[in-house]
This record gives sequence, C-alpha cells and structure tokens, in this order.
Amino acid sequence: MKIQRSVGRKIIFCIGLFASLLYVAPFFLVLLDSFKPKYDILANPLGWPTQFTLDNFQQAMQKMNFFRSLVNSIVITLFSVSILIILSSMLAYYLARTKNRFTKTTFLILVASMIVPFQALMIPFMSIFAQFVSLNNRIALIFFYQGFGVALSTFLYHGFISKIPSEIDEAASVDGANDFTIFWRIIFPMLRPITATVAIVNSLWIWNDFLLPRLVLTRETQTLPLSTYLFYGQYSTQYGQAMAGLVLAVIPIIAFFLFLQKQFISGLSSGAVK
Amino acid sequence: MSQQKRARHRKRFLTFGAIPLSIFLAVLVYPFVQGFFLTFTNWNGFKFTKLSGFDNYIKSFKDPAFWTTLGFTLKFVLVSLILVNAVAFGLALLVTAKLKSSNIFRTFFFVPNLIGGVVLGVIWQFIFNTALVSIAGKFNLPFFNDSWLNDTNKAFWALIIVTVWQSSGYMMIIYITGLISIEQDLLEAAKVDGASPIRMLYSIKMPLMAQSFTIALFLTMRGGFMAYDVNLALTGGGPYRTTELISMHIFQEAFAFGHFGTGQAQAVLMFFMVAIAALLQVIVSKRMEVQQ
Repeated sequence: MKIQRSVGRKIIFCIGLFASLLYVAPFFLVLLDSFKPKYDILANPLGWPTQFTLDNFQQAMQKMNFFRSLVNSIVITLFSVSILIILSSMLAYYLARTKNRFTKTTFLILVASMIVPFQALMIPFMSIFAQFVSLNNRIALIFFYQGFGVALSTFLYHGFISKIPSEIDEAASVDGANDFTIFWRIIFPMLRPITATVAIVNSLWIWNDFLLPRLVLTRETQTLPLSTYLFYGQYSTQYGQAMAGLVLAVIPIIAFFLFLQKQFISGLSSGAVK
Repeated sequence: MSQQKRARHRKRFLTFGAIPLSIFLAVLVYPFVQGFFLTFTNWNGFKFTKLSGFDNYIKSFKDPAFWTTLGFTLKFVLVSLILVNAVAFGLALLVTAKLKSSNIFRTFFFVPNLIGGVVLGVIWQFIFNTALVSIAGKFNLPFFNDSWLNDTNKAFWALIIVTVWQSSGYMMIIYITGLISIEQDLLEAAKVDGASPIRMLYSIKMPLMAQSFTIALFLTMRGGFMAYDVNLALTGGGPYRTTELISMHIFQEAFAFGHFGTGQAQAVLMFFMVAIAALLQVIVSKRMEVQQ
C-alpha cells in the first residue's frame, strides 16, 4: 500500500514537472534567443547561444521607447487603481449601509453591467468621447477605467462591508463623527484585505489592457503593451531585437508578481470566488 | 420616511455615491444604451439623418464574412471553454495532491496569466512562424514545415493552444479554492467507506465545488467572446480574414472600413450572445446546485 502510494506520487510529480516545463518553455525560448545575434537564431532557435550579445537589448530599449512606455504604464495603472479604490469603496459603503429601493436597484444594475463586453459599446463610446480624448488622453483613459472598473470593485467591497456590523458605525455616530469621518477613519482601515484584492485584480487588468489604450492613446503616451506590439510589428524580422523587446515587456510584471506572490494568489482567488 | 432621515440619505448619496455613479453612467450606461438605439438609424459615426429599422442587422446577416466570423467564434468559445477548464481542473488536482513542489508548480502554471494577450500572442507567433519551422527544416518534421498560422484550420488550434496556456492558470486558482474548501472529514469518511479516488472526485469533490465550475465556466465563456488581443497578435485575422473572432471583426468593420452602423449591430448581437449564454449557464448551474 505504502509503496503503491509513493509510486503514485512520483508519477504525479513527473506529470507536474513536465507540465511546468511546458508552461515556461516559451518564456525560456524567448529569453535564450534574446541574447543571440540574428543568424544564430535562424540556425538554432532552441540551442544555447554560441555568442552572447546584449546588443539586442540596447537596440530594443531605444526603438520601443522602453522607459517612456514603462513610465506611462506605471502612471496610468497607479492613478487608475488608486482612484478606483477610493471611489468604489465609498460607493460600496453607501450601497451596503443605506438600504432603500434606489440603492438596491443601483446595486443590481452594477452587477448586471459586469456581463457587458467593452466591444458592445466601443463604437458609440469612441464617438461620444473623441473630443475629451483629444484634450488629454492619459487623463481620459484614467477616467474611463473608473467607469469600466467601478462595478466589479464595488461588488467586491460590498460583500466585505456587509459583513462588518453596523453597530460600529452607530457607536461612532453617537460619539459625534459624521459619515465621511466614520468611513475613512474606522471602516476603510478594516477593508485592508479586500483592498489588496481590488488593487491586484485591477492592476493586472489595467497593466495588460490593450484595446482601450489602443483606441485612446497616442505614440507619446503609449503603454508597454502598445509599444511592444508596435515594435514587434516593425522589427519582427530582427529576431534578436524583437525577442529582447518581449523580455523587457515581461520583466516588470513578473518581478512585481514574484515580489508579492502570496498576496497575488490569495487576492485573486478571493476576488474570483465572490 | 422622516424628513431628517431623507436629508441624511441625500447627503450620503452626494458624499459617497454621486461621483462614481455619474462616471459609471457616462462611461458605460450611456454609450451602451445609445449604441442600441443607433443600430436602428443610418448613423455614420458622427450623425444620423433617419431611422432605418432593421437595415443594419439585415446587412450584417447578408454578409458572408460575418457568418464566417460567427461560426469561427462559436467554435472557438466552445472548444476553449472545454479545454481551458479541463486543463485547469487537472492542474488544480495536481497542485493540491500535497507534493513538496506544489507551490513552484502553481507559480509556473500561473505565470502566463500575468502577461497580456498581445505579448503572449507575439511570443507564440515567433514560435509558430520561426522556431518550429526552423526545427522542422532541421529534423525533417513535415507537420511543422509550413507555419501553422498560414492555414485556417491549424491557426484555429494555434489560437486554442495559446488561450489554454494563458487562461488555465487563472481558472486553476479558482478550482484550487474550491477544492481546499471541501471539508476533510467528508473525504475521510468516504475513504473509510472504501470509496476509490475517482469515485470521490465524481461524487463528492465535484458536486461540492459546483460554484467554482459556475464561475470558471462563465469567465472562460465571456473571455472567449471577448478575445481580441491574442487573436490580433497571433494571427491578425489571417490568412485572408478567416480567423477573425467577433471582437476583431467588429473593430475592423467600424474602425478600418467605416461601417459604423453594421459594426454596432454586430456588437449588439455579440452582447446578446454573451447574455444568453450567461443566462443558460445560471439556469443549468442553479439546477445542479439544487440537486445536491
């Protein structure tokens, strides 16, 4: 019995190992090829580099405006997510604590809106907001993310706030605090776990989003996914540089993930199940 | 309701609800409703001069390219739904099998999910167009001799492979959450009663985590209909617009060809497909949850 079990374990381990290799192989291949000169990639795309070169990285960094796009991505993600946290936690607090027909209907509409794909309204959306976009496209984009992200974030906060007893609010209210103070001083600090979830779910979405930024941003304000796509389109035959560009595009988010791995996994699982 | 209470509610609405709700209305609700209305006019992207009934819908259905896209999209949604969830559930079982290396495996399976579809699509474009072709030439593998992306049928499977690779890690997390929430006592009891591992999986674990299946299936279904990034970066719709999923088709229709009316009509149809699929799913999973 015991021997049988350990054999079973070894088989499971081997399957796991094989599957893991399959999952990381594409990244490994790109990383390997990013250090090779072009002829080396064509001669042996899978082999170890016969001569290491960092040239590709230097070229790619320059041509895809790596640092500018990185800063754009960071600024847009940071502002969008922070504002989203503020707005949706406040909205959720209002909807969870004030029970009347209006708040109930509003909450239902928010939940229902989550099945609407962006593509279903993309065309009128662009014609309505074209002028706003031309004014300042980064601010416009951050504004749009509030509208598209508020439903899910409010929903996540709502579930969490409903579990906090309202006696806490009432006690503070008796002590003379107004609603605004009660929320920011007492309730919001208690929301930390769900705030982490909201931050992670939205950061991943906004960091990687492509379609909306493609419609809204220009060359100067483009984010990392946009500049990667354009760069690859232009230089895809310069294999080495293209691969280096992909490595650069992937590094920031992977580094961020490895740094906060525990929070990521627990945040995403509680975000998905609610 | 007393005057005072009403005043307090109004104040609360203005402090907490007014700003996010107006943004939500302006950004999402208004364009959505307007988009509906515009499909019944001769809108050209800027203005409309008259109502046109169902013209835009009729035009869409008369366009053979739209039917190609529709068929291709439905096939893609169905196949990716099945494969993503099968793989994700398998991975979740594997990772929860209490191996020492579970955490590392989980990380590896999850990593593709961190990266946007465009970057993933481009990576695989290189693999299919260059790496595999070059290997095929070396080792004489006729299967990869010609890039998969040059053939509609093989390009479909290329899209599926990339999609499964990308989203199975996320769905795996959902299934892991479901699996570990099952009470250990139940499993112990079943084991004492002599239930085989496979029997336990079918009769105990899977019914008890029905909710995880509902969520994962809904997310993959919606993701399938909305898929754009991987489609654009991997096949770009080619060869000859035969691998265009509905998102890309709508985008092209409106922003490349300037057919705003028909593009929006197709977008509305897409919304209804997602809504109906979601509704069916809710009905089916409610029934499953009742059965337990």
